[in-house]
Amino acid sequence: MSVNLKIDGINVSVEKGSTILDAAKKINIKIPTLCHHEDLCVAGNCRVCIVEVEGKNKLEASCATPAEEGMIIKTNTPKIRNARKDIISLLVSEHNTQCTTCYRSTNCELQALSSEHNIDHERFLSVLKPHTKIDKSSWSIEKDDSKCVRCQRCVRTCAELQHVNALTVSGKGKEMKISTFLNLPFSDVVCTNCGQCITHCPTGALTERRYFDEVWEAIGDPTKHVVVNTAPSVRVALGEMLGMPVGTRVTGKMVTALKKMGIDAVLDTDFTADLTIIEEGHELLTRLKSVLVDGDTSVKLPMMTSCSPGWVKFIEHMYPEYLGHLSSCKSPQQMFGALTKTYYAEKNNINPKDIVSIAIMPCAAKKFEANRPEMRDSGYQDIDAGLTTRELGHMIKQAGLNFAELEDTKYDSFMGDSTGAAVIFGATGGVMEAALRTAYEVVTGREVPFKNLNILPVRGLEGIKEATIKIEGCLPAWSFLEGAELKIAVAHGLINARQIMDMIVAGECPYHFIEVMACPGGCIGGGGQPIPTNNEIRLKRIKAIYDEDEGMPIRKSHENPEVTKIYADFLEKPLGHTSHKLLHTKYRKRNRY
Amino acid sequence: MSELKTVISDQIKKHGKGRDALMPILQSIVEKNNYLTNENMVEIAKELDISAADVYGTASFYSFLETEERGRYVIRICKSITCDMKGKGKVLRTIQDMLKIKIGETTQNKKFSLLETNCIGLCDQGPAMLINDDFYNHLTPEKVREVLVDYIRNKN
Ligand code: SF4
Ligand code: SF4
Ligand code: SF4
Ligand code: FES
Ligand code: FES
Repeated sequence: MSVNLKIDGINVSVEKGSTILDAAKKINIKIPTLCHHEDLCVAGNCRVCIVEVEGKNKLEASCATPAEEGMIIKTNTPKIRNARKDIISLLVSEHNTQCTTCYRSTNCELQALSSEHNIDHERFLSVLKPHTKIDKSSWSIEKDDSKCVRCQRCVRTCAELQHVNALTVSGKGKEMKISTFLNLPFSDVVCTNCGQCITHCPTGALTERRYFDEVWEAIGDPTKHVVVNTAPSVRVALGEMLGMPVGTRVTGKMVTALKKMGIDAVLDTDFTADLTIIEEGHELLTRLKSVLVDGDTSVKLPMMTSCSPGWVKFIEHMYPEYLGHLSSCKSPQQMFGALTKTYYAEKNNINPKDIVSIAIMPCAAKKFEANRPEMRDSGYQDIDAGLTTRELGHMIKQAGLNFAELEDTKYDSFMGDSTGAAVIFGATGGVMEAALRTAYEVVTGREVPFKNLNILPVRGLEGIKEATIKIEGCLPAWSFLEGAELKIAVAHGLINARQIMDMIVAGECPYHFIEVMACPGGCIGGGGQPIPTNNEIRLKRIKAIYDEDEGMPIRKSHENPEVTKIYADFLEKPLGHTSHKLLHTKYRKRNRY
Repeated sequence: MSELKTVISDQIKKHGKGRDALMPILQSIVEKNNYLTNENMVEIAKELDISAADVYGTASFYSFLETEERGRYVIRICKSITCDMKGKGKVLRTIQDMLKIKIGETTQNKKFSLLETNCIGLCDQGPAMLINDDFYNHLTPEKVREVLVDYIRNKN
């Protein structure tokens, strides 16, 4: 059913249940907002979005008021402008307005609102609380309460998208703040470091812990050999940081930029994404054999992917008894780190102690992951620093590069080769699709039975996707799988991961293999990606990922020539001794509360 | 701990295992022990399968749900304007002198804590205060001294 209303003299008709804000958007009338976010439920707590509704004498919050038949709305009158200016001024009066030193400057919703409304400092006295300490305890997240407008977008994000509920509103009145349990430091609470609260924060109150100064330091040090690996989803989002339209693929420009910045070797995380597929694919097949043929009850099915460190920390906190379901494969970032300081160092004759290995990631959780004590299998810290797409964007600006005009450059070799299968790791469903492209072929000797290798059922933004693949015509070694139906599922966003875990706990999980990504949309929507992120933007980045895949000459991980070579020269065989040492890891139980 | 578990499970029986049970649980623990410990909050989170931060957020919102250690008798003196104008200042000074504690503090023997509260609806009978759930009105320094002496002598 639809309702008809009039906004600023224009008739509009919307679905019943839409808000006034939705209706205005439909006819391109922009009502300013702050606490509103497309991904989240309505909060209606900031009142920035007020409008006049004919017949009511108080102003209404358009994001929280349903559109009704016959409503006559005005969005821009002196009364509204005045009230709105007061509301924004009040927010500013309690705010630490140090925009010049703020990481979110020029990308901040409060700054934009106050600039649009020409807020002056005289209207209200500053009531900023002095001496607020910034919480820098976490490897991944920084929290600065003096920049918080208490919109609670972070609280809703952590509850509704991630179901972690690490953040809450504590106290009331002027004592009200966004707080962890007992206001403990971030490092000590149940938090997955996914960074979704950061990408949903309108201001500089929540940011990733930045490491780019250390990286510049290393680049400037002639005794250091700086190696960078860039994750699949960075190449389809970095452009947004540098003024390009959403969904622009900037792979070649990014490589050029990194080289111009002085990085010694620009390599591709895709290489270890392909390696992950080989290792994880064999792990899955081995597990299937152990369970189906040998009846080994110590081996757990379904097997779940482990490339998302936010997800890994989630299960370590929330379902520690079920860690056996996680694949033992490290994330591509950490495989890369371990190989950089062994295989790469050896081949290039560089002392691993002189290598500084940096990962450019869409992710906040990978900063924490890089610092896990488990991640030192090369004998050194495998990844020295994890940067976000946002940090790289800043560095490119700092370097004074005119990004849009840069020519394309190819990744250095070796560990720079990539396939379409690796690229799609960046989108939800991608790891599954890549794994199937390889595993099916290993088992049957034939390509997956999907047109153009595109496994469409696992793509898209649905929270949990599932598919069944019938295995027929097996090669002799895999005959035990003949006729079997492989059931798979894909979940993204931890709230969906929790649903799957609860199925496992209840003993009602029909799947054999499950891909989980902590962030909604997968890495393209990661906590380290450009802000804003919403579904419209996610879909454009996803499209760019699949376009990149289709454009690659090789689209299956096992056909990556460098992958074949590393097994011949260094690793010997999948799940072999060296693989186990460098590419696989162990997990630990963490506190649930 | 086991006593706490009984309190929690009693309330869960009444209100179900959902968030609805949170407030009654918090209230009954405070009724019993005067304040919530950190361990209490974790225990509640476990039982209700919600996050500890959620429990803390709720507890810290309500003035009467204490999250810091308090004495067995919590004195809450009204700080709102009517009581103030009717002479709360003198009453408060008397309490502070007698118990040797300031607002927010607890006596060494853990018997009394002194806190302020917003209006408790006794404006026409101010200055007013609460000691746990009992109210005292029309306070003067003399009257409050009598009340406290009674607590000191006759209550544990
Ligand atoms: S959060 Fe926004 S308004 Fe506040 S200092 Fe940073 S840029 Fe300025
Ligand atoms: S931290 Fe950011 S998202 Fe959370 S309430 Fe403050 S301003 Fe809003
Ligand atoms: S990083 Fe993720 S889990 Fe941690 S508080 Fe933010 S949204 Fe919640
Ligand atoms: S955006 Fe509508 S109340 Fe905040
Ligand atoms: S002002 Fe003290 S009880 Fe109302």
